[in-house]
Amino acid sequence: MIAAREGDRAPSETTSATPLWRPGPFATSEVPEVKKVAAFGGIYSNHRALEVAIADATGRGADLLLCLGDLGAFGPHPDRTAEILRQAEIPVVRGNYDDSIARGLDDCQCGYTDPKDNHYARISYEYTLANTSPEHRAWMGSFPHELRFRLGSLEVLAVHGSPRRMNEFLWETTTPTHFLDGLVREAGADVLLGTHTGIHWSRPLGPGRWYVNAGALGRPPNDGNPEVWYAMLEEVDGELAHEFVPVSYAVEELANEMADEGLPEEFIETIRTGWWTTCLEVLPGKERGRGRH
Amino acid sequence: MDPPPGGWKAGDSTGSKSAPGPDVPTAPLEALDQLWFQVSGTVCNLRCRHCFISCAPDNHSFWFMTREQVRQALEDSVELGVKEYYFTGGEPFMNREMEAILADTLELGPATVLTNATLMPRRRARALARLAEDSLYTLEMRVSLDGITREMNDAIRGDGAFERCVEGTAELVDAGFLPIITCMRSWPEAETEGYLEAFRTLLAGLGYHQPRIKILPPLLIGEEVKRTRGYEDTERITHEMLHGFDLGNLLCSRARLVTARGVQACPILLESPAARLGDTLAEAASKPAPLGESACFTCYLSGSICSNTGSTTGADR
Ligand code: SF4
Ligand code: SF4
Ligand SMILES: [Fe+2]
Repeated sequence: MIAAREGDRAPSETTSATPLWRPGPFATSEVPEVKKVAAFGGIYSNHRALEVAIADATGRGADLLLCLGDLGAFGPHPDRTAEILRQAEIPVVRGNYDDSIARGLDDCQCGYTDPKDNHYARISYEYTLANTSPEHRAWMGSFPHELRFRLGSLEVLAVHGSPRRMNEFLWETTTPTHFLDGLVREAGADVLLGTHTGIHWSRPLGPGRWYVNAGALGRPPNDGNPEVWYAMLEEVDGELAHEFVPVSYAVEELANEMADEGLPEEFIETIRTGWWTTCLEVLPGKERGRGRH
Repeated sequence: MDPPPGGWKAGDSTGSKSAPGPDVPTAPLEALDQLWFQVSGTVCNLRCRHCFISCAPDNHSFWFMTREQVRQALEDSVELGVKEYYFTGGEPFMNREMEAILADTLELGPATVLTNATLMPRRRARALARLAEDSLYTLEMRVSLDGITREMNDAIRGDGAFERCVEGTAELVDAGFLPIITCMRSWPEAETEGYLEAFRTLLAGLGYHQPRIKILPPLLIGEEVKRTRGYEDTERITHEMLHGFDLGNLLCSRARLVTARGVQACPILLESPAARLGDTLAEAASKPAPLGESACFTCYLSGSICSNTGSTTGADR
C-alpha cells in the first residue's frame, strides 16, 4: 500500500509562501464560533451542484459554508469550481486531489490499487491538471490540512480523510466505533468531520461525540439516484444535530459539458444513473454490494 | 497458510538460527491498524505445495485458538484502537468455534477471513451471511484459488481442491457475499489481463457478477525457487538500507499476529522465535519488530500487500 502513504501530512502545513486560505470567520479567529455549518465533501469539478448547494445552504440559514477538499477530478472545467469557492469566500480543507494539483504530483493520491481504477483516475487527473490555471494551483497550495471551530458547545475538527492521514478511507462498514472515538479524543474534539470516501454516513461515538462523513457533492453515493449530498450540522442542547441534504441540479447540462470535454463515458453514466462505474475496488464488501457494478 | 503477503522465503519462518543481535534493525509499531489471528494454528485440510508454513491436517505445531483466547485479544484491541481484524491459518474453518469467533469480532469491527473455501457447505455460507447482516461491519471472505482450471489449481493445491473451492465460492456468492478471489501469479506479468478475463468468465458462471479478484506476486518459495531464484541467506535488511525508507510500508509497523501461544510481530513470521514479542497483545504492541529475517528483506522490496485493498495485479514494484 505504497500509494496510501503519499497522503501523509507534509511536515509543514504550507507548501508555498502564500498565507493559508482561511477566509470568513477563520480570518480573525483560530477557532471561530459558529451556529450552523454546511459541509461540502468532494466537489470533483461539479460546479453546477456546488452553485445549487451554496444557495440551498445559505437559504437554510448556515452561517458557515465549508468545503472539505477534493475540488477536482471526474467533472469538467475545474477552474469554474475554484472561481465559485473563491468568490463565495468558502474555507477549504486540503484534499489529496488539491494537494496533488497544487504540487504537480504524478497522481491524485486517491489510494487506488486496481489497474482499472487507476486507468480512470489517471484520465481525470491529467485532464484536471491541464485545465487548472497556475493561479488556482497556487491557491490550492494554501489550503490548511484541517480547520477547527466551535459549534455552540461542541468543538469540531474538519479534515479531508482522517486527522492522521489526508487520504485515509473511513467507510461506514470498515471503521470501528472505538477506532473513531480514539481519533476524536486524540484530537481533543467532540465531532470529527471528513469526506474522501464519497458516501455520506455518521455515527455517535459517545455522549456529545460524533463522526460525520459529509459524502461528496460531486458524485452521487452509488445509490442509483443522481442527487448529490452535503451535511448540515448544528448544536442543540449540547448534542450534535445534523442532517444530510440532497441536492438536485442540472445533471444533463453537466453530462453534456463532460461529453464536450471528452471525459469518459463511464463518468457520465455515473452522473446520470447514480451508480458508480469506476473506483469500485476500494469499496468494502457491504458498500460494493449495495451498488450495481 | 495461504499467501497473504507477498514474497518470503520457504522454510525461513521455521525460526532464525540465532537471536537478533544488537545490530538487527527494528520497526516501531506506528498504529495497530490490523490485528491478525492464527485462528486454526497450522492445521489445514489441504496440503498445498506453496504453503509457506507447511500447513496440513497433521501439522500441529500451532494449535487452534479458543473463542476465549480470541475474546481476550479483542477486548485488548479496543484500547489499542485496532481498525481491522484478519483471520488466517491453516484453514480458519477447521476451527469449530470459527462462527462464534466471527460473531464476537463483528460486534467490534470489520473482519476478513482468509480461506480456501473448501469447507463451505450451504449451511455455513448462510450462517456467515446472517452474521454479516446482523453487523454494522463488513465480513470479507478472501478465497484462495490458484488457477482458472482444475489442472492449474490442483497442481498447486492438491487433487480435488479446485472443484471444492469453486463449489464453496458459489455458496458464498449465493448467500450474498462478494468474495475476494486471490490468486498467486504463476504466469508472466504481461499475461495477467488474459488471466483476469478468464477468472471473470469462471466466476460469472457461478453467478458472480461483481467479481473482486486480487493477483498476488509470486512467492520465492517451493517451486518458485527453482523457476526463478530464492533469496540468498545473506540478504537481510541493514541499517544503511533503511536510510530514507519509510518503515510505514512494512506490515509490522501496523499489525500484530495473535496465536494460541503468544503474539508475533506480523502474520508472516509465525514461527520465528525472534518475532515473538510477548504473551499479551499489549506487551507485543509496546515492542518494535526486529527485521532480522530474510522474509523481512522481501517485505522491504515489495511492501505490504496483505490488506484487502493492496495491489490487485501482482505487478512487481
Ligand atoms: S489452503 Fe493451502 S496454502 Fe492455505 S493454509 Fe492450507 S495448505 Fe496452506
Ligand atoms: S516479515 Fe519482517 S519486515 Fe515483513 S512484516 Fe514481518 S517483521 Fe515486518
Ligand atoms: Fe479525497
